[in-house]
Amino acid sequence: MRRRIRPQITDRIATATLYLVAGAFVLLLVAFVGYFLYSGRSELNFKFLFTEPAFSTAGGGIGPELFNSIYLVFLSGLISVPIGIAAGIYFAEYAKPGRLTDFLRLSIETLSSLPSIVVGLFGFLVFVILTGWKFTLMGGALAVTILNLPVIARTSEDAIRSVPESIKEGSLALGATRWQTIVRVLLPSALPGIVTGIIIASGRAFGEAATLLYTAGMSSPRLDFTNWNPISATSPLNPFRPAETLAVYIWKINSEGLVPDARQIADGASAVLILAVLAFNLLARFLSRLLGRRFGGSRS
Amino acid sequence: MANPPSRKVLGRINLYYWKHENLGRGLVTGFGIFLAGLTLLMAGFLAVKGLSTFLVDHVSPLEFLFSTKWSPDADVPAFGALIFIVGSILISTLALLISTPFSISTAMFVAEISPNLGRKVLQPAIEIFVGIPSVVYGWIGLSVLVPFIRRSFGGLGFSLLAGSLVLALMIFPTITSLAADAFRALPTDFREASYALGATRWQTVRKVLLPAAMPGILTGVVLGLARAFGEALAVQMVIGNMIRIPGKLTDATVNLTSIITMDMGNTATGTPWNDVLWSMALLLLMISFLFILLARTTGQKRRSLK
Repeated sequence: MRRRIRPQITDRIATATLYLVAGAFVLLLVAFVGYFLYSGRSELNFKFLFTEPAFSTAGGGIGPELFNSIYLVFLSGLISVPIGIAAGIYFAEYAKPGRLTDFLRLSIETLSSLPSIVVGLFGFLVFVILTGWKFTLMGGALAVTILNLPVIARTSEDAIRSVPESIKEGSLALGATRWQTIVRVLLPSALPGIVTGIIIASGRAFGEAATLLYTAGMSSPRLDFTNWNPISATSPLNPFRPAETLAVYIWKINSEGLVPDARQIADGASAVLILAVLAFNLLARFLSRLLGRRFGGSRS
Repeated sequence: MANPPSRKVLGRINLYYWKHENLGRGLVTGFGIFLAGLTLLMAGFLAVKGLSTFLVDHVSPLEFLFSTKWSPDADVPAFGALIFIVGSILISTLALLISTPFSISTAMFVAEISPNLGRKVLQPAIEIFVGIPSVVYGWIGLSVLVPFIRRSFGGLGFSLLAGSLVLALMIFPTITSLAADAFRALPTDFREASYALGATRWQTVRKVLLPAAMPGILTGVVLGLARAFGEALAVQMVIGNMIRIPGKLTDATVNLTSIITMDMGNTATGTPWNDVLWSMALLLLMISFLFILLARTTGQKRRSLK
């Protein structure tokens, strides 16, 4: 009898252990998010979110940093979305299997696994030194674009590939050309997946810091939020000014330690970043479901 | 009966075709190749900057790779980067050792034990973990983990252990989702055949599915290692940045990414000190390329980009 029972018992123990590990993981996440929302709760107010930071006194806000983060994601998206989707189309529809394609894929895989600090250094070399721009928001946005491009290209490729072959054949059989099929049939069907990829990439860009230390810089000039002329030096819209983002700011106040309330600021700013991550995730889910329903049921 | 189209109409159709086919095709092909070219461009730039340590400043590559003597501001400067290399290897290996067992267990749970809970609870949780920025990981390490280690084990708290734990948490989602994919990709026949032979679920998972999924799991482990090796700020915030090889887990140490992060801002372009930092960046690039090659050979042939 013993021999026949033992595997069942082991099975139960193993199952219980796996439940435990998985449960612990979820608890850890809940604790993680809960901890930040709790410790940052006193900072999640209008004054903290929208006022200027202080240099050596307590009570500063994160207004310009928050704005810079959002603006940087927007600028980088303007460049990376069209190029990323185009590259995705190429690899899903046009790239012929063979040595050249293998080589291109290997390059892009390498690009997507490069340490973000290395991408930042490349950005420093090209967008800061070579162009002579010094630390600029544009330089940061371009460096982050390099990080985002492989993500958007890969998710776009996967989304286009997952469109059922029959839909594509149907379009071709009706006399549509290849390009017409891609633009009017494949892209709309793949839209949920593509949008999810874009949002994931944007979320990553929003919290990125290592890439930005030496490209967008670790300071922000006094911004005049009533000045919306993009060429003016004090305008928040001017992309050619240094722009410290929220994530860089968390790092900076911890390594410089000039402000007395660095801990509260870091807690508050981390809570903002965590909330942004949650928002990006929910948005990705919501949009992909919405678009999936709208453009006829393909997997997302 | 329709007349055959005139040459004029045909010409227009051809023009239309040319515009909409070749233009579009050329455009997307161009961007696809541009993306790949970007990698070569980066490698080229970093190689030029990184090799000047050896070609212009005449530091011996052997000294750079194998000497622990790091005194960049001395009268007779020494540029041995071994301490940083060892630091990077130790931290990421430890992180991997901590993370892998939990990752594989969670992947088993998600793919085999409860796919329903896996899809509804764990998958979103993993996605949120991936999305959390590295400075936030660094900050929780700095404000919670470091004081905890200082109280429990003594020392500064800033330590190899703190760095590895933070990294373990960061690479957990990477390994878990790739391992779960590896389990899911196995044919149902494997499970059914094993159950038909009277095996329990655990026996099936442990003796049939785990070995079969091993190549995919290894790919996940290698990519997790790559992520750990290249992570900069989260590690820099908690390891203490003392330039020495750690003797025990609670010792402060330093790694490649940390020294680059800290010294790049303090050194002038073109000085040997600055050049050595570029050499380290080049080394990081070469290592992540090696990891990609390794992930390709361990895993089964994967069709999509990553």
